[in-house]
Amino acid sequence: MTTTIRHHLNDALLMAYAAGQLPEAFALVVASHVSLCDDCRARLESFEAVGGALLEETATAPMGAGSLAATMALIGRGPKDPIVPRYRRGAVLPAPLRDYVGGDVDAVVWRPVGNGVRQAILPTARDASARLLHIPPGAAVPHHGHRGLELTLVLQGAFRDGSERFGRGDVDVASEDVQHTPVAETGEPCICLAATDAPLRFSGLLPRLAQPFFRI
Amino acid sequence: MGSAEPEGTDWVAAVAAVRDRRDAAAFAALFRHFAPRIKGFLMKSGTAETTAEEVAQEVMATLWHKAHLFDPARASVATWIFTIARNRRIDAIRRARRPEPEELPWGPEAEPDQEEALAMQQETQRLGEAIARLPEKQKDLIERAYFGDLSHTEIAAATGLPLGTIKSRIRLALERLRHQMG
Repeated sequence: MTTTIRHHLNDALLMAYAAGQLPEAFALVVASHVSLCDDCRARLESFEAVGGALLEETATAPMGAGSLAATMALIGRGPKDPIVPRYRRGAVLPAPLRDYVGGDVDAVVWRPVGNGVRQAILPTARDASARLLHIPPGAAVPHHGHRGLELTLVLQGAFRDGSERFGRGDVDVASEDVQHTPVAETGEPCICLAATDAPLRFSGLLPRLAQPFFRI
Repeated sequence: MGSAEPEGTDWVAAVAAVRDRRDAAAFAALFRHFAPRIKGFLMKSGTAETTAEEVAQEVMATLWHKAHLFDPARASVATWIFTIARNRRIDAIRRARRPEPEELPWGPEAEPDQEEALAMQQETQRLGEAIARLPEKQKDLIERAYFGDLSHTEIAAATGLPLGTIKSRIRLALERLRHQMG
């Protein structure tokens, strides 16, 4: 499941996620990649151990009188959310994404954005945006530049970005000043999760005109 | 650390007692040690006292309900509680959803290897000591990252940490679990 992943998350993203400081859209990419990659899961959990060490060292603040009894009463009311295992063998979308879509890839509501590419914008906090992209075999994702950070995680199929190949589980971390042109491989359609903290700027004329309408 | 209370596997045993017997005394001991730390941590992250008190209670209640999900071969009790508190903070204070990775299909073992659990707890303690020994400037940067004073783009400067050993240990625990279930 995880042996073929060659493009991983960097330490800054894993640490920011461990510390709870990533915008929701980026956190969704991190949680999805970690679901598919044991290496990054181990790195993430080591950054969480830093949080544990800091918690242990932190100056204590005394709890209110009767707080233990209040907590026991809280426990008596049962768990806030049902505790259900979120594992499904053979799913295209890892659990964190299924939570947003409401099912696996067959439950995604796609909208065409031109050149055969389809997308589904996911509901996240507005400090960054996340969408699923469905790219036909051999098709290019329209040209775009960045004003911020863009993460692209492959869930099905593969794309090439320059000389690099990105397959299932691989994550492409692109930052400012990168002008890149990912092209889907021939074979099955490429499905990926893309998150950005700046609106994408498409350099092709038509897609740019469409931008305000499709929230590309 | 720096407190008179027992450290390490005692907390692992306390969580197991809550899981297996709904042991109220073990829970009370966990509560006395960790609730004031969660509250302190949240207040240091800029949370008002009443909210911090509430969230600390909710975190401890979650510990009770999710005790069966704790894997001492992969995390110390403090680390596990930190992750619960972090998620509750995002949920309750930032009012955003917190995407969480898919659980491993095999889950924690019913009876994790005692030695491995002990080694993991000690490793986290050593990590704490290593952080305490860092130059003041770097330590401060790490604290600010975890207390929410750094944006995700500023955090890159805080990543140079001695995590090699703990990461290898977690990686081995993941591999061993996968192998057993394979």
